[in-house]
Amino acid sequence: MGDIMPQWFSIVLLDILKMALILAVVPPCMMYTTQLERKAIARIQDRFGPNRVGPYGLAQPFADMIKMLVKEDIVPKGSDKLCHLLAPLLIVVPSLFLFTLLPFGPGFIAAPISTGLLFFMALGSTGTLAIFTAGWTSRSAFPLLGAIRNAAQLIAYEVPFVLASAVIPMIVGSLRMTDIVMAQSVSGWFIFTPWGFTAFLLLFTAGLAEVNRTPFDLPEAESELVGGFHTEYSGMKFGLFYLAEYVSTIALAVLLSVLFFGGWAGPRIPFLPALGSAILWISMKSFLLVFVTIWIRGTWPRFRVDRLMGFAWKVMIPVALANLVGAAVWFYCPGFIGTAVSAVLVVSVFLLTSQLWAAPKPVLTTTWADQTS
Amino acid sequence: MSDYRIYLFLALFMIGALVVPVLPIAVARFIAPRKPGSIKTEPYECGTVTEGDVWVQFKLQYYIFAILFVVFDVEALFLFPWAVVFKEVGPEGLIAMVVFIGILTLGLIYAWQEGVLEWET
Repeated sequence: MGDIMPQWFSIVLLDILKMALILAVVPPCMMYTTQLERKAIARIQDRFGPNRVGPYGLAQPFADMIKMLVKEDIVPKGSDKLCHLLAPLLIVVPSLFLFTLLPFGPGFIAAPISTGLLFFMALGSTGTLAIFTAGWTSRSAFPLLGAIRNAAQLIAYEVPFVLASAVIPMIVGSLRMTDIVMAQSVSGWFIFTPWGFTAFLLLFTAGLAEVNRTPFDLPEAESELVGGFHTEYSGMKFGLFYLAEYVSTIALAVLLSVLFFGGWAGPRIPFLPALGSAILWISMKSFLLVFVTIWIRGTWPRFRVDRLMGFAWKVMIPVALANLVGAAVWFYCPGFIGTAVSAVLVVSVFLLTSQLWAAPKPVLTTTWADQTS
Repeated sequence: MSDYRIYLFLALFMIGALVVPVLPIAVARFIAPRKPGSIKTEPYECGTVTEGDVWVQFKLQYYIFAILFVVFDVEALFLFPWAVVFKEVGPEGLIAMVVFIGILTLGLIYAWQEGVLEWET
């Protein structure tokens, strides 16, 4: 007993330290991502952006936080009050969970489980349940429309997301995040292979849809659905939805840099320990990807809802399936031939399906859809 | 470190992570003003009163999409174990998977052909 207790205690203490580190670092990262986004979009739109609170507007996120805290929390009449309160909790916890599964340096991962990639995707899709809870329990028309759009969007984009990421365990032979990074230190970054590049584009697109970022922000389309699923939320509960959205965006960026950009690998930065250099590299790669999502938001319009579903089912899923075969070809025929054949395969499937998708609707006399409705 | 230890950490994290959303809501409850009024708590409807109840059943455009989603998500369940051992099972395993994916692809082509994937307005 005397021997077991201190060991047990040190394990729990280590767990609490890991937890405290994640919970202390992630929310400030999110706050400054909102700042980065507002500044970047302001520059794209030829404005200055927040520049009044503190030097260069750097205290703006804190001002926003105080504003959220002192705002009145309004719960609409007739809504399910318990679920209305639970929805923001349900969306924030899984998004923070994603950071336990991501490696930030050699051995610097909170939960190195053997099914890391699969668990990440399972957690990533739970946000939809929270969004649907938020939309449905508000008992108001706009949130309900936003929630139903979100469910449709997840149903469409979850499939290419999962299919596209399956090429990684095929080539690496493991779902463990650290193994994926190690494999890239031997074979080079996966972004430079034809299947890796395709999978990156598919995962980035489907990932934007999963975290509801432009051009897939239909669930909260502010110009048509007021605020979408969070129309009836105010104060801190509203702020928590924003926290979850940005935290998942950062998690997606870290995931993509782990899967395709070699994770923490990079030349050793002088005057830093090895771990510090690794963390700095993965942070730079991830923030570059976060910046790309902001850039997309600043430049692209929103998808139309009918085209959204068609794009996932008719273009992304066939390309993801072709990419699986392409990765197998690349693996069995090493060298130039395999690379060329898999690239040609994926590009030809993309050209074919995108042409068919963009083609005008065929006029059918009777369809199954007609008979059932 | 065995996986069970890590799952224990994840369970602990689930409880610990609740601090991040619960703390601000609790703080806001003390410092934010609370003055509910009958007009303030109306559901938002651009200033008018909502007609009828919102909790109604209405026709979803995508219930067939949902069936297809189940098909392809279950496919992914089979795909991941195969992908992990892809190098060990060799060409036979690849051929078996190509046949499996091929059948599902034919199903997708059939659904497309039947106009199930069209969004009706």
